[in-house]
Amino acid sequence: MTATKGITASRLNLWYTKFRALTGVDLEIRHGLVTGLIGPSGCGKTTLLRCFNRINERIAGVRTEGKVEILGEDIYAPSVDLVELRRRVGMVFQRPNPLPLSVRDNVLFALRTHRSGGSLSRSEGDLAVEASLREVGVWEALRDRLDRRATELSLEQQQKLCIARLLPLQPEILLMDEPCSALDPSATQRVEELIRKLRGRYTIVIVTHNMAQARRVSDECIFMLLGEVIEHRRTEDVFLAPQDERTANYIEGRFG
Amino acid sequence: MAVFDSSDGARRRHFTQSIARSVFAGMTILLILPVVAIIGLLVVRGAPALSAEFLFSAPMRGMTAGGIWPAIVGTMWLVGVSLAVAAPIGVLAAVYLNEYARDGWITRIVHLAIVNLAGVPSIVHALFGVGAFVLFLSLGTSILSASLTLAIMTLPVIIASTKEALAAVPMPFREACWNVGATRWQTIRHVVLPNSVAGILTGVILQVSRAAGETAPILFTGAAFFLPHLPQSVNDQCMALSMHLFTLSTQVPNVPPQMTYGTALVLLGLVLTVNATSIVIRSRLRRKRRW
Ligand SMILES: Nc1ncnc2c1ncn2[C@@H]1O[C@H](COP(=O)(O)OP(=O)(O)O)[C@@H](O)[C@H]1O
Ligand SMILES: [Mg+2]
Repeated sequence: MTATKGITASRLNLWYTKFRALTGVDLEIRHGLVTGLIGPSGCGKTTLLRCFNRINERIAGVRTEGKVEILGEDIYAPSVDLVELRRRVGMVFQRPNPLPLSVRDNVLFALRTHRSGGSLSRSEGDLAVEASLREVGVWEALRDRLDRRATELSLEQQQKLCIARLLPLQPEILLMDEPCSALDPSATQRVEELIRKLRGRYTIVIVTHNMAQARRVSDECIFMLLGEVIEHRRTEDVFLAPQDERTANYIEGRFG
Repeated sequence: MAVFDSSDGARRRHFTQSIARSVFAGMTILLILPVVAIIGLLVVRGAPALSAEFLFSAPMRGMTAGGIWPAIVGTMWLVGVSLAVAAPIGVLAAVYLNEYARDGWITRIVHLAIVNLAGVPSIVHALFGVGAFVLFLSLGTSILSASLTLAIMTLPVIIASTKEALAAVPMPFREACWNVGATRWQTIRHVVLPNSVAGILTGVILQVSRAAGETAPILFTGAAFFLPHLPQSVNDQCMALSMHLFTLSTQVPNVPPQMTYGTALVLLGLVLTVNATSIVIRSRLRRKRRW
Protein backbone atom coordinates (compact mmCIF):
# COMPACT_ATOMS: atom_id res chain seq x y z
CA MET A 1 0.00 0.00 0.00
CA THR A 2 2.75 2.46 1.00
CA ALA A 3 4.36 1.90 -2.38
CA THR A 4 1.86 4.15 -4.12
CA LYS A 5 1.80 6.72 -1.34
CA GLY A 6 4.09 9.61 -2.15
CA ILE A 7 2.98 12.33 0.20
CA THR A 8 -0.02 12.34 2.51
CA ALA A 9 -1.11 15.28 4.60
CA SER A 10 -3.88 15.09 7.13
CA ARG A 11 -5.47 18.00 8.93
CA LEU A 12 -2.43 20.13 8.19
CA ASN A 13 -2.61 23.67 9.57
CA LEU A 14 0.07 26.32 9.44
CA TRP A 15 0.31 29.77 10.99
CA TYR A 16 2.73 32.61 10.28
CA THR A 17 2.59 34.13 13.79
CA LYS A 18 -1.14 34.98 13.81
CA PHE A 19 -1.93 34.53 10.13
CA ARG A 20 -3.33 31.15 9.16
CA ALA A 21 -1.86 30.19 5.80
CA LEU A 22 -3.04 26.55 5.63
CA THR A 23 -6.40 25.33 6.87
CA GLY A 24 -7.09 21.64 7.37
CA VAL A 25 -5.22 20.41 4.32
CA ASP A 26 -5.94 16.76 3.54
CA LEU A 27 -4.36 15.23 0.50
CA GLU A 28 -2.70 12.20 -0.93
CA ILE A 29 -0.11 12.66 -3.62
CA ARG A 30 0.64 9.47 -5.49
CA HIS A 31 4.15 8.19 -5.89
CA GLY A 32 5.75 8.48 -9.32
CA LEU A 33 3.27 10.98 -10.74
CA VAL A 34 3.57 14.65 -11.56
CA THR A 35 1.12 16.56 -9.42
CA GLY A 36 0.33 20.16 -10.26
CA LEU A 37 -0.49 22.65 -7.53
CA ILE A 38 -2.55 25.54 -8.80
CA GLY A 39 -4.43 28.44 -7.28
CA PRO A 40 -4.34 32.23 -7.13
CA SER A 41 -1.35 34.07 -5.73
CA GLY A 42 -1.16 33.94 -1.94
CA CYS A 43 -3.34 30.86 -1.54
CA GLY A 44 -0.58 28.94 0.20
CA LYS A 45 0.98 26.84 -2.57
CA THR A 46 4.55 27.71 -1.64
CA THR A 47 3.77 27.30 2.03
CA LEU A 48 2.34 23.83 1.49
CA LEU A 49 5.29 22.78 -0.63
CA ARG A 50 7.72 23.98 2.02
CA CYS A 51 5.95 21.86 4.63
CA PHE A 52 7.01 18.75 2.74
CA ASN A 53 10.70 19.23 3.50
CA ARG A 54 10.20 21.20 6.71
CA ILE A 55 12.07 24.21 5.40
CA ASN A 56 9.31 26.45 6.80
CA GLU A 57 10.66 25.87 10.26
CA ARG A 58 13.58 28.17 9.59
CA ILE A 59 11.18 31.12 9.48
CA ALA A 60 10.48 32.74 12.84
CA GLY A 61 6.88 32.52 14.05
CA VAL A 62 5.85 29.52 11.97
CA ARG A 63 3.66 26.96 13.76
CA THR A 64 2.61 23.73 12.10
CA GLU A 65 -0.11 21.35 13.22
CA GLY A 66 -1.29 18.06 11.77
CA LYS A 67 0.46 15.24 10.06
CA VAL A 68 2.55 14.85 6.93
CA GLU A 69 3.69 11.42 5.82
CA ILE A 70 6.21 10.88 3.07
CA LEU A 71 6.67 7.34 1.73
CA GLY A 72 4.57 6.22 4.69
CA GLU A 73 6.66 7.91 7.37
CA ASP A 74 5.60 10.79 9.60
CA ILE A 75 8.12 13.52 8.80
CA TYR A 76 7.23 15.58 11.86
CA ALA A 77 8.08 12.70 14.20
CA PRO A 78 10.83 13.57 16.67
CA SER A 79 13.13 10.84 15.38
CA VAL A 80 13.24 12.32 11.88
CA ASP A 81 16.65 13.53 10.77
CA LEU A 82 16.21 16.73 8.76
CA VAL A 83 19.38 16.08 6.79
CA GLU A 84 18.09 12.70 5.65
CA LEU A 85 14.60 14.09 4.99
CA ARG A 86 15.98 16.83 2.75
CA ARG A 87 18.19 14.36 0.94
CA ARG A 88 15.10 12.42 -0.09
CA VAL A 89 12.89 15.44 -0.70
CA GLY A 90 14.61 17.91 -3.01
CA MET A 91 13.37 21.38 -3.86
CA VAL A 92 13.65 23.65 -6.88
CA PHE A 93 12.89 27.32 -6.40
CA GLN A 94 11.08 29.99 -8.33
CA ARG A 95 14.26 31.89 -9.07
CA PRO A 96 17.16 29.63 -10.03
CA ASN A 97 19.51 29.72 -7.05
CA PRO A 98 22.76 28.02 -7.94
CA LEU A 99 25.45 28.59 -5.36
CA PRO A 100 28.20 31.04 -6.27
CA LEU A 101 30.53 28.13 -7.03
CA SER A 102 31.60 26.36 -10.19
CA VAL A 103 29.14 24.19 -12.11
CA ARG A 104 30.94 21.07 -10.89
CA ASP A 105 30.93 22.17 -7.25
CA ASN A 106 27.23 22.96 -7.45
CA VAL A 107 26.43 19.42 -8.50
CA LEU A 108 28.78 17.95 -5.93
CA PHE A 109 27.85 20.27 -3.06
CA ALA A 110 25.03 18.12 -1.79
CA LEU A 111 27.01 14.93 -2.21
CA ARG A 112 29.88 16.39 -0.23
CA THR A 113 27.70 17.64 2.61
CA HIS A 114 26.30 14.15 3.02
CA ARG A 115 29.75 12.55 3.05
CA SER A 116 30.96 14.38 6.11
CA GLY A 117 34.31 12.60 5.79
CA GLY A 118 34.87 14.46 2.52
CA SER A 119 36.03 11.21 0.93
CA LEU A 120 34.72 11.83 -2.56
CA SER A 121 37.26 10.71 -5.12
CA ARG A 122 37.83 12.73 -8.25
CA SER A 123 36.58 9.99 -10.59
CA GLU A 124 33.55 9.33 -8.42
CA GLY A 125 32.76 13.04 -8.54
CA ASP A 126 33.24 13.24 -12.30
CA LEU A 127 30.85 10.34 -12.81
CA ALA A 128 28.20 11.93 -10.60
CA VAL A 129 28.55 15.28 -12.37
CA GLU A 130 28.24 13.74 -15.81
CA ALA A 131 25.30 11.53 -14.87
CA SER A 132 23.37 14.37 -13.27
CA LEU A 133 24.00 16.86 -16.04
CA ARG A 134 23.09 14.26 -18.66
CA GLU A 135 19.85 13.52 -16.88
CA VAL A 136 18.76 17.15 -17.10
CA GLY A 137 20.10 17.49 -20.64
CA VAL A 138 22.83 20.09 -20.22
CA TRP A 139 25.87 17.82 -20.32
CA GLU A 140 26.71 18.56 -23.96
CA ALA A 141 26.40 22.29 -23.38
CA LEU A 142 28.32 22.42 -20.14
CA ARG A 143 30.92 19.65 -20.36
CA ASP A 144 33.64 22.14 -21.27
CA ARG A 145 32.46 24.73 -18.80
CA LEU A 146 32.38 22.74 -15.58
CA ASP A 147 34.74 25.18 -13.91
CA ARG A 148 32.75 28.24 -14.86
CA ARG A 149 30.76 30.01 -12.19
CA ALA A 150 27.24 28.65 -12.14
CA THR A 151 25.84 32.13 -11.59
CA GLU A 152 27.11 33.16 -15.04
CA LEU A 153 25.04 30.58 -16.94
CA SER A 154 21.77 31.37 -18.70
CA LEU A 155 18.72 31.22 -16.46
CA GLU A 156 17.52 28.06 -18.18
CA GLN A 157 20.84 26.31 -17.59
CA GLN A 158 20.90 27.59 -14.02
CA GLN A 159 17.47 26.14 -13.33
CA LYS A 160 18.38 22.82 -14.91
CA LEU A 161 21.54 22.80 -12.84
CA CYS A 162 19.41 23.38 -9.74
CA ILE A 163 17.49 20.24 -10.65
CA ALA A 164 20.68 18.35 -11.51
CA ARG A 165 22.33 19.07 -8.18
CA LEU A 166 19.52 17.21 -6.37
CA LEU A 167 19.93 14.03 -8.38
CA PRO A 168 23.24 12.64 -7.01
CA LEU A 169 21.43 12.29 -3.67
CA GLN A 170 18.90 9.98 -5.30
CA PRO A 171 15.88 11.75 -3.93
CA GLU A 172 12.44 10.21 -4.11
CA ILE A 173 10.53 13.44 -4.26
CA LEU A 174 11.13 16.64 -6.21
CA LEU A 175 9.27 19.77 -5.12
CA MET A 176 9.24 22.53 -7.72
CA ASP A 177 7.98 25.99 -6.90
CA GLU A 178 7.06 27.74 -10.15
CA PRO A 179 10.28 26.47 -11.74
CA CYS A 180 9.65 28.23 -15.05
CA SER A 181 8.42 31.61 -13.95
CA ALA A 182 11.82 33.23 -14.50
CA LEU A 183 12.28 31.62 -17.93
CA ASP A 184 11.28 32.62 -21.45
CA PRO A 185 8.71 30.50 -23.33
CA SER A 186 11.13 28.28 -25.23
CA ALA A 187 13.22 27.65 -22.11
CA THR A 188 9.97 26.90 -20.28
CA GLN A 189 9.10 24.36 -22.93
CA ARG A 190 12.44 22.60 -22.55
CA VAL A 191 12.17 22.50 -18.75
CA GLU A 192 8.68 21.04 -19.10
CA GLU A 193 10.10 18.37 -21.38
CA LEU A 194 12.65 17.61 -18.69
CA ILE A 195 9.92 17.29 -16.07
CA ARG A 196 8.05 14.85 -18.26
CA LYS A 197 11.26 12.89 -18.72
CA LEU A 198 11.78 12.66 -14.95
CA ARG A 199 8.21 11.52 -14.43
CA GLY A 200 7.90 7.99 -13.06
CA ARG A 201 11.33 7.94 -11.45
CA TYR A 202 10.46 10.68 -8.98
CA THR A 203 7.33 11.92 -7.31
CA ILE A 204 7.13 15.46 -8.61
CA VAL A 205 5.01 18.25 -7.14
CA ILE A 206 5.03 21.35 -9.29
CA VAL A 207 3.50 24.66 -8.29
CA THR A 208 2.44 26.73 -11.24
CA HIS A 209 0.64 29.91 -12.04
CA ASN A 210 0.26 28.85 -15.58
CA MET A 211 -2.88 26.85 -16.22
CA ALA A 212 -1.69 25.61 -19.59
CA GLN A 213 1.51 24.38 -18.01
CA ALA A 214 -0.41 22.45 -15.35
CA ARG A 215 -2.38 20.76 -18.13
CA ARG A 216 0.73 19.97 -20.13
CA VAL A 217 2.92 18.48 -17.42
CA SER A 218 0.76 17.11 -14.62
CA ASP A 219 -1.07 13.82 -14.16
CA GLU A 220 -3.10 15.04 -11.24
CA CYS A 221 -3.95 18.54 -10.18
CA ILE A 222 -4.66 20.16 -6.84
CA PHE A 223 -6.57 23.43 -6.74
CA MET A 224 -6.07 25.54 -3.63
CA LEU A 225 -7.85 28.64 -2.42
CA LEU A 226 -7.18 30.67 0.74
CA GLY A 227 -5.14 27.93 2.36
CA GLU A 228 -7.59 25.13 1.61
CA VAL A 229 -7.52 22.29 -0.88
CA ILE A 230 -10.66 22.67 -2.97
CA GLU A 231 -10.24 19.94 -5.52
CA HIS A 232 -7.76 17.18 -6.25
CA ARG A 233 -8.31 14.87 -9.20
CA ARG A 234 -6.83 13.78 -12.47
CA THR A 235 -5.70 16.79 -14.45
CA GLU A 236 -8.11 16.19 -17.36
CA ASP A 237 -10.99 15.95 -14.94
CA VAL A 238 -10.05 19.11 -13.11
CA PHE A 239 -9.86 21.04 -16.36
CA LEU A 240 -12.66 19.41 -18.35
CA ALA A 241 -15.19 18.67 -15.63
CA PRO A 242 -14.38 20.62 -12.44
CA GLN A 243 -16.62 19.57 -9.57
CA ASP A 244 -16.37 22.68 -7.49
CA GLU A 245 -17.72 25.95 -8.81
CA ARG A 246 -14.69 27.83 -7.49
CA THR A 247 -12.35 25.57 -9.49
CA ALA A 248 -14.40 26.17 -12.60
CA ASN A 249 -14.32 29.91 -12.09
CA TYR A 250 -10.58 29.89 -11.53
CA ILE A 251 -9.59 27.77 -14.52
CA GLU A 252 -11.86 29.79 -16.76
CA GLY A 253 -10.00 32.88 -15.62
CA ARG A 254 -12.86 34.57 -13.77
CA PHE A 255 -10.47 35.36 -10.88
CA GLY A 256 -6.87 34.71 -10.03
CA MET B 1 7.71 79.92 -31.45
CA ALA B 2 9.46 76.72 -32.42
CA VAL B 3 8.28 73.46 -30.87
CA PHE B 4 11.42 72.68 -28.93
CA ASP B 5 12.13 76.18 -27.58
CA SER B 6 12.09 76.02 -23.82
CA SER B 7 9.12 77.50 -22.03
CA ASP B 8 9.50 79.85 -19.07
CA GLY B 9 8.81 77.01 -16.67
CA ALA B 10 11.49 74.83 -18.18
CA ARG B 11 14.00 77.67 -18.05
CA ARG B 12 13.23 78.18 -14.38
CA ARG B 13 13.73 74.47 -13.72
CA HIS B 14 17.07 74.56 -15.52
CA PHE B 15 18.11 77.47 -13.31
CA THR B 16 17.09 75.66 -10.10
CA GLN B 17 18.92 72.60 -11.31
CA SER B 18 22.18 74.45 -11.86
CA ILE B 19 21.92 76.07 -8.40
CA ALA B 20 21.34 72.68 -6.78
CA ARG B 21 24.33 71.26 -8.56
CA SER B 22 26.61 74.08 -7.38
CA VAL B 23 25.42 73.75 -3.79
CA PHE B 24 26.13 70.01 -3.73
CA ALA B 25 29.50 70.45 -5.42
CA GLY B 26 30.35 73.24 -2.96
CA MET B 27 29.57 71.00 0.01
CA THR B 28 31.77 68.27 -1.38
CA ILE B 29 34.68 70.69 -1.79
CA LEU B 30 34.05 71.97 1.74
CA LEU B 31 34.36 68.40 2.93
CA ILE B 32 37.55 67.61 1.05
CA LEU B 33 39.38 70.88 1.76
CA PRO B 34 40.11 70.33 5.47
CA VAL B 35 41.37 66.81 4.78
CA VAL B 36 43.72 68.04 2.07
CA ALA B 37 44.80 70.95 4.30
CA ILE B 38 45.56 68.68 7.25
CA ILE B 39 47.51 66.17 5.23
CA GLY B 40 49.36 68.97 3.42
CA LEU B 41 50.29 70.69 6.68
CA LEU B 42 51.48 67.44 8.25
CA VAL B 43 53.60 66.55 5.26
CA VAL B 44 55.15 70.01 4.94
CA ARG B 45 55.87 70.43 8.63
CA GLY B 46 56.51 66.81 9.57
CA ALA B 47 58.46 65.43 6.63
CA PRO B 48 61.73 67.20 7.60
CA ALA B 49 61.68 65.32 10.90
CA LEU B 50 61.46 61.91 9.26
CA SER B 51 64.71 60.04 9.26
CA ALA B 52 65.90 56.58 10.18
CA GLU B 53 67.07 57.98 13.47
CA PHE B 54 63.68 59.55 14.22
CA LEU B 55 61.83 56.35 13.40
CA PHE B 56 64.15 53.89 15.07
CA SER B 57 65.47 55.51 18.23
CA ALA B 58 64.00 56.31 21.62
CA PRO B 59 63.12 59.84 22.78
CA MET B 60 66.00 61.67 24.43
CA ARG B 61 66.67 64.78 26.52
CA GLY B 62 63.23 65.09 28.08
CA MET B 63 61.64 64.10 24.76
CA THR B 64 62.91 67.18 22.96
CA ALA B 65 65.17 65.05 20.81
CA GLY B 66 65.59 61.48 19.62
CA GLY B 67 62.86 59.42 17.99
CA ILE B 68 59.60 57.55 18.45
CA TRP B 69 60.51 53.86 18.05
CA PRO B 70 59.09 52.77 21.45
CA ALA B 71 55.82 54.46 20.59
CA ILE B 72 55.58 52.73 17.21
CA VAL B 73 56.31 49.35 18.78
CA GLY B 74 53.88 50.06 21.63
CA THR B 75 51.07 50.94 19.23
CA MET B 76 51.65 47.68 17.39
CA TRP B 77 51.45 45.72 20.63
CA LEU B 78 48.25 47.44 21.68
CA VAL B 79 46.57 47.07 18.31
CA GLY B 80 47.77 43.49 17.86
CA VAL B 81 46.63 42.23 21.23
CA SER B 82 43.29 44.06 21.11
CA LEU B 83 42.65 42.68 17.64
CA ALA B 84 43.56 39.15 18.69
CA VAL B 85 40.88 39.44 21.36
CA ALA B 86 38.18 41.45 19.61
CA ALA B 87 38.22 40.00 16.09
CA PRO B 88 37.48 36.34 16.90
CA ILE B 89 34.93 37.15 19.59
CA GLY B 90 33.25 39.78 17.44
CA VAL B 91 33.08 37.66 14.30
CA LEU B 92 31.83 34.58 16.15
CA ALA B 93 29.21 36.60 18.02
CA ALA B 94 28.02 38.14 14.77
CA VAL B 95 27.80 34.73 13.11
CA TYR B 96 25.71 33.50 16.02
CA LEU B 97 23.42 36.52 15.96
CA ASN B 98 22.92 36.50 12.21
CA GLU B 99 22.88 32.78 11.43
CA TYR B 100 21.71 30.91 14.50
CA ALA B 101 19.70 33.15 16.83
CA ARG B 102 15.97 33.15 16.28
CA ASP B 103 14.57 36.53 15.44
CA GLY B 104 12.88 37.21 18.77
CA TRP B 105 12.71 40.11 21.20
CA ILE B 106 15.92 39.07 22.97
CA THR B 107 17.85 39.12 19.71
CA ARG B 108 16.45 42.55 18.93
CA ILE B 109 17.44 43.92 22.33
CA VAL B 110 20.94 42.51 21.93
CA HIS B 111 21.17 44.11 18.51
CA LEU B 112 19.99 47.45 19.89
CA ALA B 113 22.51 47.21 22.73
CA ILE B 114 25.34 46.56 20.29
CA VAL B 115 24.43 49.47 18.07
CA ASN B 116 24.25 51.76 21.10
CA LEU B 117 27.50 50.47 22.56
CA ALA B 118 29.18 51.28 19.27
CA GLY B 119 28.21 54.91 19.83
CA VAL B 120 29.53 55.21 23.39
CA PRO B 121 32.38 57.77 23.67
CA SER B 122 35.80 56.19 24.11
CA ILE B 123 36.40 57.92 27.45
CA VAL B 124 33.55 55.85 28.88
CA HIS B 125 35.21 52.67 27.67
CA ALA B 126 38.40 53.99 29.27
CA LEU B 127 36.73 54.34 32.66
CA PHE B 128 35.25 50.87 32.31
CA GLY B 129 38.71 49.54 31.49
CA VAL B 130 40.22 51.13 34.59
CA GLY B 131 37.48 49.69 36.77
CA ALA B 132 37.28 46.27 35.25
CA PHE B 133 40.79 45.36 34.11
CA VAL B 134 43.22 47.55 36.02
CA LEU B 135 41.48 47.41 39.40
CA PHE B 136 38.95 44.56 39.58
CA LEU B 137 40.96 41.95 37.69
CA SER B 138 44.18 43.44 39.09
CA LEU B 139 45.90 43.43 35.72
CA GLY B 140 47.44 46.78 36.64
CA THR B 141 48.33 49.37 34.06
CA SER B 142 49.67 47.12 31.35
CA ILE B 143 49.47 46.36 27.66
CA LEU B 144 46.92 43.70 28.55
CA SER B 145 44.59 46.14 30.34
CA ALA B 146 44.92 48.73 27.61
CA SER B 147 44.37 46.21 24.83
CA LEU B 148 41.34 44.71 26.53
CA THR B 149 39.92 48.21 26.89
CA LEU B 150 40.51 48.84 23.19
CA ALA B 151 38.93 45.47 22.45
CA ILE B 152 35.83 46.40 24.44
CA MET B 153 35.66 49.63 22.48
CA THR B 154 36.00 48.00 19.06
CA LEU B 155 33.90 44.88 19.69
CA PRO B 156 30.46 46.37 19.12
CA VAL B 157 31.53 47.91 15.82
CA ILE B 158 33.13 44.66 14.68
CA ILE B 159 29.96 42.76 15.57
CA ALA B 160 27.75 45.27 13.80
CA SER B 161 29.84 45.43 10.63
CA THR B 162 30.30 41.65 10.48
CA LYS B 163 26.60 41.16 10.93
CA GLU B 164 25.94 43.53 8.07
CA ALA B 165 28.39 41.68 5.83
CA LEU B 166 26.69 38.36 6.66
CA ALA B 167 23.23 39.75 6.09
CA ALA B 168 24.31 40.90 2.62
CA VAL B 169 24.67 37.27 1.50
CA PRO B 170 21.40 36.54 -0.32
CA MET B 171 18.93 34.28 1.48
CA PRO B 172 18.39 31.99 -1.56
CA PHE B 173 21.99 30.75 -1.19
CA ARG B 174 21.24 29.59 2.32
CA GLU B 175 17.95 28.02 1.27
CA ALA B 176 19.70 26.19 -1.53
CA CYS B 177 22.08 24.68 1.02
CA TRP B 178 19.47 23.79 3.60
CA ASN B 179 17.40 22.17 0.91
CA VAL B 180 20.06 19.66 0.06
CA GLY B 181 20.33 18.84 3.74
CA ALA B 182 23.35 20.95 4.64
CA THR B 183 23.52 21.84 8.31
CA ARG B 184 23.73 25.44 9.41
CA TRP B 185 27.44 25.08 10.00
CA GLN B 186 28.07 23.59 6.56
CA THR B 187 26.06 26.43 5.06
CA ILE B 188 28.06 29.02 6.97
CA ARG B 189 31.38 27.39 6.27
CA HIS B 190 30.94 26.82 2.54
CA VAL B 191 28.62 29.57 1.41
CA VAL B 192 28.04 32.38 3.90
CA LEU B 193 31.61 33.04 5.07
CA PRO B 194 33.35 32.78 1.68
CA ASN B 195 30.89 35.32 0.32
CA SER B 196 31.13 37.78 3.17
CA VAL B 197 34.80 37.59 4.08
CA ALA B 198 35.57 40.80 2.18
CA GLY B 199 33.03 42.79 4.17
CA ILE B 200 34.07 41.19 7.45
CA LEU B 201 37.76 41.97 6.88
CA THR B 202 37.00 45.55 5.95
CA GLY B 203 35.06 46.06 9.15
CA VAL B 204 37.78 44.52 11.27
CA ILE B 205 40.61 46.43 9.63
CA LEU B 206 38.82 49.75 10.02
CA GLN B 207 38.76 49.04 13.73
CA VAL B 208 42.51 48.49 13.68
CA SER B 209 43.02 52.05 12.57
CA ARG B 210 40.51 53.27 15.12
CA ALA B 211 42.32 51.43 17.91
CA ALA B 212 45.64 52.85 16.74
CA GLY B 213 44.34 56.40 16.85
CA GLU B 214 42.50 56.48 20.19
CA THR B 215 44.17 58.01 23.23
CA ALA B 216 41.52 57.99 25.95
CA PRO B 217 41.13 54.19 26.37
CA ILE B 218 44.86 53.66 26.87
CA LEU B 219 45.62 56.79 28.87
CA PHE B 220 44.86 55.30 32.29
CA THR B 221 45.11 51.63 31.48
CA GLY B 222 48.56 50.94 30.09
CA ALA B 223 50.16 53.65 28.01
CA ALA B 224 53.28 55.18 29.50
CA PHE B 225 54.28 58.80 29.35
CA PHE B 226 57.91 57.92 28.73
CA LEU B 227 59.53 54.52 28.61
CA PRO B 228 62.85 54.30 26.81
CA HIS B 229 62.96 50.49 26.56
CA LEU B 230 60.64 48.26 24.60
CA PRO B 231 57.92 46.16 26.29
CA GLN B 232 58.81 42.50 26.82
CA SER B 233 55.36 41.05 27.56
CA VAL B 234 51.71 42.03 27.83
CA ASN B 235 52.24 42.76 31.52
CA ASP B 236 54.52 45.70 30.75
CA GLN B 237 53.45 49.21 30.07
CA CYS B 238 54.27 50.74 26.73
CA MET B 239 54.37 53.99 24.86
CA ALA B 240 51.95 54.61 22.03
CA LEU B 241 51.92 56.97 19.08
CA SER B 242 48.61 58.60 19.87
CA MET B 243 49.55 59.09 23.51
CA HIS B 244 53.03 60.33 22.57
CA LEU B 245 51.51 62.91 20.25
CA PHE B 246 49.27 64.09 23.05
CA THR B 247 52.26 64.31 25.40
CA LEU B 248 54.47 66.16 22.94
CA SER B 249 51.86 68.71 22.05
CA THR B 250 50.51 69.50 25.51
CA GLN B 251 52.75 68.21 28.29
CA VAL B 252 56.36 68.87 27.39
CA PRO B 253 57.87 72.33 26.97
CA ASN B 254 60.33 73.23 24.19
CA VAL B 255 59.61 70.34 21.83
CA PRO B 256 60.75 71.25 18.30
CA PRO B 257 57.50 71.52 16.31
CA GLN B 258 58.70 69.27 13.52
CA MET B 259 58.92 66.39 16.03
CA THR B 260 55.28 66.77 16.93
CA TYR B 261 54.29 67.01 13.28
CA GLY B 262 56.56 64.11 12.41
CA THR B 263 54.87 61.92 15.04
CA ALA B 264 51.45 62.88 13.72
CA LEU B 265 52.59 62.13 10.19
CA VAL B 266 53.78 58.65 11.16
CA LEU B 267 50.50 57.92 12.95
CA LEU B 268 48.50 59.15 9.99
CA GLY B 269 50.66 57.16 7.59
CA LEU B 270 50.13 54.03 9.63
CA VAL B 271 46.36 54.48 9.68
CA LEU B 272 46.18 55.29 5.98
CA THR B 273 48.32 52.27 5.12
CA VAL B 274 46.03 50.00 7.10
CA ASN B 275 42.94 51.48 5.46
CA ALA B 276 44.48 51.23 2.01
CA THR B 277 45.29 47.58 2.68
CA SER B 278 41.67 46.95 3.57
CA ILE B 279 40.52 48.56 0.33
CA VAL B 280 42.90 46.42 -1.70
CA ILE B 281 41.84 43.23 0.08
CA ARG B 282 38.21 44.07 -0.40
CA SER B 283 38.45 44.75 -4.11
CA ARG B 284 40.55 41.59 -4.61
CA LEU B 285 37.95 39.43 -2.88
CA ARG B 286 35.02 41.23 -4.51
CA ARG B 287 36.38 40.50 -7.94
CA LYS B 288 36.51 36.82 -7.08
CA ARG B 289 32.95 36.75 -5.77
CA ARG B 290 30.30 38.26 -8.01
CA TRP B 291 26.97 36.49 -8.28
N1 LIG C 1 7.18 34.43 5.88
C1 LIG C 1 5.88 34.78 5.91
N2 LIG C 1 5.41 35.49 6.95
C2 LIG C 1 4.11 35.86 6.99
N3 LIG C 1 3.20 35.57 6.05
C3 LIG C 1 3.60 34.85 4.98
C4 LIG C 1 4.97 34.42 4.85
N4 LIG C 1 5.08 33.73 3.70
C5 LIG C 1 3.86 33.73 3.13
N5 LIG C 1 2.97 34.39 3.90
C6 LIG C 1 1.53 34.56 3.62
O1 LIG C 1 0.95 33.31 3.50
C7 LIG C 1 0.05 33.28 2.41
C8 LIG C 1 0.43 32.17 1.46
O2 LIG C 1 1.66 32.49 0.86
P1 LIG C 1 2.33 31.57 -0.23
O3 LIG C 1 2.37 30.19 0.30
O4 LIG C 1 3.64 32.21 -0.60
O5 LIG C 1 1.31 31.68 -1.44
P2 LIG C 1 1.49 31.27 -2.96
O6 LIG C 1 2.77 30.54 -3.12
O7 LIG C 1 0.28 30.44 -3.24
O8 LIG C 1 1.44 32.53 -3.76
C9 LIG C 1 0.09 34.65 1.77
O9 LIG C 1 -1.05 35.37 2.20
C10 LIG C 1 1.34 35.26 2.29
O10 LIG C 1 1.17 36.64 2.46
MG1 LIG D 1 4.49 31.05 -4.31
